[in-house]
Amino acid sequence: MNETLLKIEGLTKAYPGVVANDSVSFDIDVGEVHALLGENGAGKSTLVKMIYGLVKPDSGRMVLRGQPFAPAEPRAARADGIAMVFQHFSLFDALNVAENIALGMEDPPRMRDLARRIREVSETYGLPLDPFRTVGDLSAGERQRVEIIRCLLQDPKLLIMDEPTSVLTPQEVGILFQTLEKLRSEGTSILYISHKLEEIRRLCDTATILRLGRNVGTCLPAETTARDMAEMMVGSTLQTPERAGRDFGDVALDLSGLSVPSPSAFGTSLKNVHLTVRRGEILGIGGVAGNGQDELLGVLSGEIPTAADAVKLGGQPIGRLGPTARRRLGLLAAPEERLGHAAASDMSLTENALLTGAVREKLVANGFLRWGAAQGFAERVISAFDVRTPGPANAARSLSGGNLQKFVIGREVLQAPEVLVVNQPTWGVDAAAAAAIRQALLDLAAKGTAVVCISQDLDELMEISDSFAALNEGRLSAPKDTSGLTVDEIGLMMGGAHGMEVAHV
Amino acid sequence: MIRLEKRPQPSQTWSMATPLVAVVATMIFGGALFGVLGTNPLAAIRTIFFDPLFGEFAFYYRPQLLVKGAPLVLIAIGLSLGFKAGIWNIGAEGQYIIGALVGAGIGLAFYPLEAWYIFPLMILGGAFGGFVWAAIPALLKVRFGTNEILVSLMLVYVAEQFLASMSLGLMKNPEGFGFPGSRNLQEYASAHNTELIAGSGMHLGVVFAFIAVIFAYVLLNRHMLGFQIRLTGEAPRAARFAGVKPARLILFCLGTSGALAGLAGLFEVSGPAGQINIDFNVGYGFTAIIVAFLGRLHPVGILLAGGLMALTYIGGEIAQGQLGLPAAAIQVFQGMLLFFLLALDLLTNFRLRLAKGEVA
Repeated sequence: MNETLLKIEGLTKAYPGVVANDSVSFDIDVGEVHALLGENGAGKSTLVKMIYGLVKPDSGRMVLRGQPFAPAEPRAARADGIAMVFQHFSLFDALNVAENIALGMEDPPRMRDLARRIREVSETYGLPLDPFRTVGDLSAGERQRVEIIRCLLQDPKLLIMDEPTSVLTPQEVGILFQTLEKLRSEGTSILYISHKLEEIRRLCDTATILRLGRNVGTCLPAETTARDMAEMMVGSTLQTPERAGRDFGDVALDLSGLSVPSPSAFGTSLKNVHLTVRRGEILGIGGVAGNGQDELLGVLSGEIPTAADAVKLGGQPIGRLGPTARRRLGLLAAPEERLGHAAASDMSLTENALLTGAVREKLVANGFLRWGAAQGFAERVISAFDVRTPGPANAARSLSGGNLQKFVIGREVLQAPEVLVVNQPTWGVDAAAAAAIRQALLDLAAKGTAVVCISQDLDELMEISDSFAALNEGRLSAPKDTSGLTVDEIGLMMGGAHGMEVAHV
Repeated sequence: MIRLEKRPQPSQTWSMATPLVAVVATMIFGGALFGVLGTNPLAAIRTIFFDPLFGEFAFYYRPQLLVKGAPLVLIAIGLSLGFKAGIWNIGAEGQYIIGALVGAGIGLAFYPLEAWYIFPLMILGGAFGGFVWAAIPALLKVRFGTNEILVSLMLVYVAEQFLASMSLGLMKNPEGFGFPGSRNLQEYASAHNTELIAGSGMHLGVVFAFIAVIFAYVLLNRHMLGFQIRLTGEAPRAARFAGVKPARLILFCLGTSGALAGLAGLFEVSGPAGQINIDFNVGYGFTAIIVAFLGRLHPVGILLAGGLMALTYIGGEIAQGQLGLPAAAIQVFQGMLLFFLLALDLLTNFRLRLAKGEVA
């Protein structure tokens, strides 16, 4: 077991203005599950891209099974037995599973033979998948299986997985882990990228931790606490968000019998959604991506109109009102997609402050813009939420993801909403910024705002929300009190393994 | 190896400088082209850029600059509002024709009555005609999701057929000895768009062009509607999130650009052109698209670009007459200007980096 498969020595890669990897060294043994751990921007992606031949290192070298290894392109890396499952899938919705897999092959066999091999692999590794189903109809977990099977057909020696569980229900994570353990027992090495510490402790043999492009330590996850690993990742002691009292007021937001077709072809329609949120309450809505989260946000923000009675704000029917009218009444929202939806990337922060703040902050008088007031509002958001930027005249796209997210959330929080709806408030945000955002949501609730937090990060929802419901194929489960909820219950609310039996391994 | 690197944010300096650099580059490469054709490049450049303004016959050409520039600016301002929002009105030429037809039709209907209210009515009619013609693609887009580029463009050809039919039929001058074309409005005082100062080329259309520039500037920089237009162009999804109603914006942008194109047509038919005729339209509606982009969709930029475009037209004609340059060479020259502008536009958002090629 201690034979080294891939030796990485002093890999360095610099981009203009940032050193993504600074002489990173570590070894991956044969048949080992090796975790690569780090915050966003720590250099995990750059490192695996170098291993996979997508990026060439500035200096340093790699040794694969005793031979120097410098793949010029992914094809060369694949030929040497390295396969990768990306976080974002590259699948065509309109094609079926076998066709999608054939597209990625050098010389695909006949469709019938390929389908047979797909079935073989999927049975061997316990990844149930029908080769003739259309990818557009598959859940995120099933799509990931397509990508994994695509890799396994190459019989890889090293399988790289980039944040594989971010799109899975707990049950699906269980299936995936069984597959990975079977692969390990057959001698395949796995490089497992994640920032979810508990699952790394469950699965991985060794962990290498990156911070700001450097290797800051190696540990045995099974013998290290999650907190210790997190502090290695962040480089400082973590602040756990705290909240004061838990007094709920009247019902602030009320959805009853809400059914809305999705505006896009491969979107998810909302089906008979009921929910109520009281003043001062944080309702967490979990669920795997693509189960109606965007649509739910659109329905609440006013981008998707509904029957008037389906959405009530403080008892008043608002289903037909547009975003501006809802803001006037105190219902604010922060969508998931920062650039292009929550903010316009080429516009300045002042203009982006105007984007949602116009009504409540009185930035418009008789149709004319009050630029001074808009800039003042942008400056208040920047200082209250510690947004790192030279000033409000800078374009939104010049900010890092975490800073822009703080701006986007801060812009809504400072408008003192009656109800605030956020979708993925800390997605792609570093740990410090994420903690600040969660704290802001808790503080807001403590002041009596009703908060709806849609997120795929279950740890986040458990940390801040008072009640929990899950979206599954456009249906919302009945909300339950968060305290006392078990992981199994949550998983079942999220749809279990999406109706699939756990295959026998 | 040269690499392009995205700037963290658009460069203000380059945004201002690219039109100037583009003009200089056009002079250099255009000069080279004229040189290859056997004309002295310096003389050609001087004829095109200098003579109309300061040459011997400048007293004749300078008014022409206003006459040719005004409709370009008026139309381009309207188009730029839509272009900024990602709404593509390609059919300004048609709206220009219909504006002229409606406006001139009102004037001709009153003939030979002389009254103060005739010309104001014609102005309203011109704007209304252009508005209606542009409202067709707008309503089709809002109601059925049709592509406004195709519909507005095809309506240009419909308008041209209307123009021919009117010149040969309904609006034909009864005293015109059977020639096509309407009565000459220059000879009908109540319907004549006279020069405000004789010999200056300054007619009411020029005044309207300047007003449109100011109006557009205030709208885009100070008004919520202008902000919504820019936001829709930058990020349509963010615009919906901000509460912009796309249908209203489409109607406003297409309607306004149509009305301004119609006004340009009315001022042209009642002034410099004088009559409705088969060959009334000379492509202002299409050239205005170039002017809008040359002026970077900025009102002041469009004003300057309209002047520059008018200059190359007039200078080009002089160069054809005096230096014997082929018309095609002048068109290539004008094309070059747009090409360099769009190519150099890249520098606003990217910077060039000279870098060693990565070692494979």
